[in-house]
Amino acid sequence: MVAKKTPLYDEHVKLGGKIVDYAGWFLPVQYEGLIAEHEAVRNKAGLFDVSHMGEIVFKGKEAVNYLDHLLTNDISKMVDNQVVYTIMCYPDGGVVDDLLVYRYTSEEYLLVVNAANIDKDFKWIIDNKKDFNVDIENISDQVGEVALQGPEAQNILQKLTKTDLSAIDAFHLKRNVDIAGVNCMISRTGYTGEDGFEIYTCADGIVAVWNKVLEAGKENGIKPTGLGCRDTLRFEAALPLYGHEISKEVTPLEGGFKFFVKLNKESDFIGKDALNKQWEAGLTRKVAGFEMVGRGIPRENYEVYKNGKKIGYVTTGYMSPTLKKSIGNALIDINETEMGNEIDIMIRNKPVKAKIISKKFYKR
Amino acid sequence: MKVVKGLYYTEDHEWIKVDGEEAYVGVADYAQDSLGDIVYVELPEVDDEIAKEETFSAVESVKAAADIYMPVDGKVIEINEELLDDPALLNQDPYENWMIKIEITDKSQLDDLMTSEEYEKFLDEEA
Repeated sequence: MVAKKTPLYDEHVKLGGKIVDYAGWFLPVQYEGLIAEHEAVRNKAGLFDVSHMGEIVFKGKEAVNYLDHLLTNDISKMVDNQVVYTIMCYPDGGVVDDLLVYRYTSEEYLLVVNAANIDKDFKWIIDNKKDFNVDIENISDQVGEVALQGPEAQNILQKLTKTDLSAIDAFHLKRNVDIAGVNCMISRTGYTGEDGFEIYTCADGIVAVWNKVLEAGKENGIKPTGLGCRDTLRFEAALPLYGHEISKEVTPLEGGFKFFVKLNKESDFIGKDALNKQWEAGLTRKVAGFEMVGRGIPRENYEVYKNGKKIGYVTTGYMSPTLKKSIGNALIDINETEMGNEIDIMIRNKPVKAKIISKKFYKR
Repeated sequence: MKVVKGLYYTEDHEWIKVDGEEAYVGVADYAQDSLGDIVYVELPEVDDEIAKEETFSAVESVKAAADIYMPVDGKVIEINEELLDDPALLNQDPYENWMIKIEITDKSQLDDLMTSEEYEKFLDEEA
């Protein structure tokens, strides 16, 4: 299958983006350079094209009941204009996807899901709907989305709108915001560990928004930023990537995201029994952060050893652009996850020393 | 992509600059450009004898790790230690910043490599 182009494809080419096929989409992995872009987001601002993300609308009286059945977080506790992060599980506790839920009203919600999982998620959602009285629509192809991230995000966006952005709290949304003449929905959310906004509009409108934001942000030091630093930024901030820290095989409890799994909520959500059992029996493995002591960079799927015995594998690893250190996450035997514990990462068939540290590598 | 005349090249984008029985080995511009910001370099030890097409180094950018292969059989007589402290030198000038100096075991193996003209053609075809 040929990869698809987002509405911003031509802009990426004009800006010199290095285009790759990511999850079936032609997107820039970087423009100027990964490290420069990473630093722009940490210190000033970066603008990401995230139009590849999926959007699924839930409408109806029983929308909330069905969402609470599908998702691990407590959707019934949400209020209007709130956004929550949640996980969608299989009956065995493995993960279908992780996503954001936007509550517009008690009877209208928007789910934002990973690009690579749109078809799988939509099918899962339809297949499990049964008698719930809810209308579900996949509007992914109609929506353009950009993420403006970094400490200068609000200053930049405020130049383009009369809406008072300081009144929008973290994990909240506002609809019908005029950004440079384009009607948008915005939320104070992101995937970088920095303050910022995600801006949604129609596929046509997003090109104007992209260009206006870059123009307005010039004097603030904004850069267009690619997928490359999107991953290093989220990793430093301990945000999971589906297929790595959580997956069909790795439950959210093993991934370390119990906070988003409300085992005590009223609704019997899919996966609840399995996750309850896993929690009561005690985890046997868990994702832990580590820092290299010896020389080398840990990479995804490198094996982890302790005293010559295999205890797990690396889920994500990098030379952290912010910390200038080699760090990673590894899914390992629960008994080896204590802070300070020394482990070996197999790098090119050689064991290299590392030690367990908090996986919150970066805090703003 | 910059290609320096007078060097020999491999299809994996290593270069070798022959100086009598000895030679400098490094990575070509194409390799550093496709890797992106290089943040880590691993080098062999002096006196290591390494066969043609075997790995002598690993070069890693933020995103990826790449093995670097010997263009010919040889014995390592010097390594560029500067690269260990400042791997980004490979991005800045991959030809000036050689990786290892070797003693060539069999100079006839150079015939299997590409000249700069052939390598330029090879790059055009790859693109």
